Amino acid sequence: MSDSTAGHGPGDQEPEAGQILPTETGDELPARPHRVIGTPPPAESRMLLAETAPGSSAGLPVERPRELPADPEDLDDAKRAERIVATCFIIAMLAGFGFIASYFIFPVHSVVRVEHSNLALGATMGLTFLFLGVGATIWVRRLMPHVEMTEMRHPQRSEPEAREAFAETFKEGADASQFVKRPILRRTLIAATLPVAVAPIVLLRDLGPLPGTSLDHTVWRKGLRLLNYGANTPIRPGDFSSPGGMITVVPDGYQDDFNQLAKAACIIIKFAPDQVVYTDKPYPVSGYTVRNWTVDNIVCYSKICTHVGCPAALYEETTHHILCPCHQSTFDATEGAKVIFGPATRPLPQLPMTVDAEGYLVARSDFTEPVGPSFWERGNSI
Amino acid sequence: MSVDKALSGTGSWLDDRLGAAKGVRTLFRKIFPDHWTFLLGEIALYCFIILILSGTFLALFFKPSMTDVIYHGSYLKLDGVHMSEAYASTLNISFDVRGGLLMRQIHHWAADLFVAAILAHMLRIFFTGAYRKPRELNWLIGLVLFTLSLLEGLFGYSLPDDLLSGAGLRITQGVLQSIPIVGTYLSFFLFGGQYPGTDIIPRMYILHVLLIPGLFMALIGAHLFIMFHQKHTQMPGKGRTNDNVVGAPTYPFFMAKTGAFFFFTFAIVALAATFAQVNPIWLYGPYNPLAISAGSQPDFYMGFLEGSLRMMPAWQWVVFNHTFAFNVFIPALLPLGLVMTLLGVWPFLEQWITGDKREHHLNDRPRNAPTRTGLGIAGISFYGVLWLEGSNDVLADHFNVPLYTITEIARVAVFVVPVLAYIITKRICLGLQRMDLHLLEHGVETGIIRQLPSGGFVEETRPLDEEMRAKIARPEPLALPPGEIAVDADVPSPGMRGNLGRAKARMNKIVNESVPMNGHGANGHGPDGHGPNGHGASADEGHAIVAASSEESTEADDQS
Repeated sequence: MSDSTAGHGPGDQEPEAGQILPTETGDELPARPHRVIGTPPPAESRMLLAETAPGSSAGLPVERPRELPADPEDLDDAKRAERIVATCFIIAMLAGFGFIASYFIFPVHSVVRVEHSNLALGATMGLTFLFLGVGATIWVRRLMPHVEMTEMRHPQRSEPEAREAFAETFKEGADASQFVKRPILRRTLIAATLPVAVAPIVLLRDLGPLPGTSLDHTVWRKGLRLLNYGANTPIRPGDFSSPGGMITVVPDGYQDDFNQLAKAACIIIKFAPDQVVYTDKPYPVSGYTVRNWTVDNIVCYSKICTHVGCPAALYEETTHHILCPCHQSTFDATEGAKVIFGPATRPLPQLPMTVDAEGYLVARSDFTEPVGPSFWERGNSI
Repeated sequence: MSVDKALSGTGSWLDDRLGAAKGVRTLFRKIFPDHWTFLLGEIALYCFIILILSGTFLALFFKPSMTDVIYHGSYLKLDGVHMSEAYASTLNISFDVRGGLLMRQIHHWAADLFVAAILAHMLRIFFTGAYRKPRELNWLIGLVLFTLSLLEGLFGYSLPDDLLSGAGLRITQGVLQSIPIVGTYLSFFLFGGQYPGTDIIPRMYILHVLLIPGLFMALIGAHLFIMFHQKHTQMPGKGRTNDNVVGAPTYPFFMAKTGAFFFFTFAIVALAATFAQVNPIWLYGPYNPLAISAGSQPDFYMGFLEGSLRMMPAWQWVVFNHTFAFNVFIPALLPLGLVMTLLGVWPFLEQWITGDKREHHLNDRPRNAPTRTGLGIAGISFYGVLWLEGSNDVLADHFNVPLYTITEIARVAVFVVPVLAYIITKRICLGLQRMDLHLLEHGVETGIIRQLPSGGFVEETRPLDEEMRAKIARPEPLALPPGEIAVDADVPSPGMRGNLGRAKARMNKIVNESVPMNGHGANGHGPDGHGPNGHGASADEGHAIVAASSEESTEADDQS
């Protein structure tokens, strides 16, 4: 760094706040720079250029000294850099034309063609911007002079006089407005704005219906058949040849109704005899009773996780664990789907089942408790 | 006036009408200091511009509707499948609009980079102390912007109504519903009734494309205006003081640099969108409340909330027939609420503890504020544990570790790791300070060994050059305004009396802990107060500020 040797400028005065000064690099306190112009001493060649360059003062009086050098320090390097930058810009331009061409060359309407189109459009667009960026960076670093300047800060706080003047102006305005003097106006104005402030909130009331008891029920009711989801066929207990996997079931007539299925979706699992555990009394801590609502060792649970409502869709046959993939709440299918790990607090509700006259699995009633995630009004309804 | 005639003509035409010559000249000469970390906020800004441009393009084709349609488009695997119009139009953008897939991927990558850049920018501001007076307002605006960016991202990636984002929306609804007293109502009002309903996509759409971007523009405008008005902070260096800004003028240098940086940001996003597939919604399928895929992961910035939900033990109370679903609303609201509150309060708390109400324009190197840096790393590690737990199933699968074990470790780690991180970071910072001190006092080892006349060997050292010295020397703490900190141990200042005052004094000692910089601290021993010598802690209150005098008596004011 040799810029501390720059000559003294015309104004040796103290810097004012906000005034721009060349960097002070001497040993004195940097807060008191003396020079107004400076920056690196221009080499002979640049000196000539700078002084003969016409109109270098850009709209200001001619005698105004130049603050920025017009040229970089190393002109030979700049020459080389110029060629590199121009090459970058040419590549960017070609890539830009390539982008436009790609738009017309590559059709879409199939996965493979979209893949090619995306590759062509994206690569040309990326190259355009990349080479514009590279070119601009080399331009700044090698073609523009290296300049470091210093600008003085001033405290954010206004001068005391300015603050006083403001306070006076504010008070005068307040006086002139009569806002302070006439409390009846002030109070009635505030009172008038209150309903205006509340109105938008009232307006939002029709965003949705009130919950009421809608979360407590599903569409399941006595005699409604369980359909195998997807195939949408009713199920007979005899369809299960052996104990095994989990089947998603939905209420007959609602197989395409997502709004109902989001609560009513169920899973059924067939067990071997004596695998399923029942209790006639509630468990001591959870207060939960595992009912025998099964048919032929087939048990039906809500598929909607009691944590935050994801479908509890994973079933491990060997351990009889139902796992919700969202947050890994794990339920024991053999024991009333009680929680054995994870953040869920309640078992998956069990749907009471029986068979109808034709031997198909049907619901005996709706769920006896709300399904899905907890909510404030849910309370004790286990 | 050698400038082009046309240009000067335009200039005078404008100046005749706007009188802008003086003001614009000042703008042209405005100084921007250089440091690579100052570019992080710029990345976020440019991502925002990319998001507006690509988002406008997508909005020309996207149909924010949950009307059920049967798909007959170019993606044959979903031919004849029922889906919402939103999902179908997203397939259409991907497969039937030229450049549509590229724009979708640019929009998604830019959104990820946007949040990542905001996070990194915030960390830079925090660790260098750039939030200090007079920049507290901008810090608070930044926190609001960060929160909005999470919300904007969540709404945005839920719009295509695919199976993956649908699971995220279901979780959002479950969380909303769990909030005591108002939760059920909030959920019914947002979704227009029971989940999923048919209103949520159009509602999220208008929030995503109008309301939140509008707030973004207003707040980013304020953020930039304040930054511009207050002038940028700078890192310590030769000639840089608290009263100046050293750097290159805006015109042409900063303009060219930042223009280049915009191109780079756009290039990175475009190349990522070209070569790295993101959010292939056609592989996930349309949303169906009965289906889910294992290993579902949200975008990275939502991962910490997911982890928090996964980690929480199953706690729930039923009181007076009302449900407190602690297992849901605590992990969903507490971590973000806690972190944001602490971040919002910290600048003011730090001012209160240190009594330092001065303006700060010269940034700290993170090592020179060991307590702040320790707290920051503790915050990062807290976030990191939550974030890792958010992908515990993926970790379990990749590393063959039992799933539940990871969760159980995370339940402990979320409390232990931040504490360890704090202690270790602080030690490292103090160690780095000692290293700096050593360099300042003894210079750089040259590797030249010289034999002494007596036969011994010594290594020659070279003193640091001025630039390096200016960078690493910690400025002597300036004198604080009188009355803030008790210097006389016998008579505590008014602010230091009472229980609150004593707590303040104790925190002051912790916050100001540093290796003394002057000759006294040459032997490298740190402030003695650190460690378990309990009753000494309140004793030399205030001395940590005036680090040089930390050797004074430490017993005096036990009775005060």
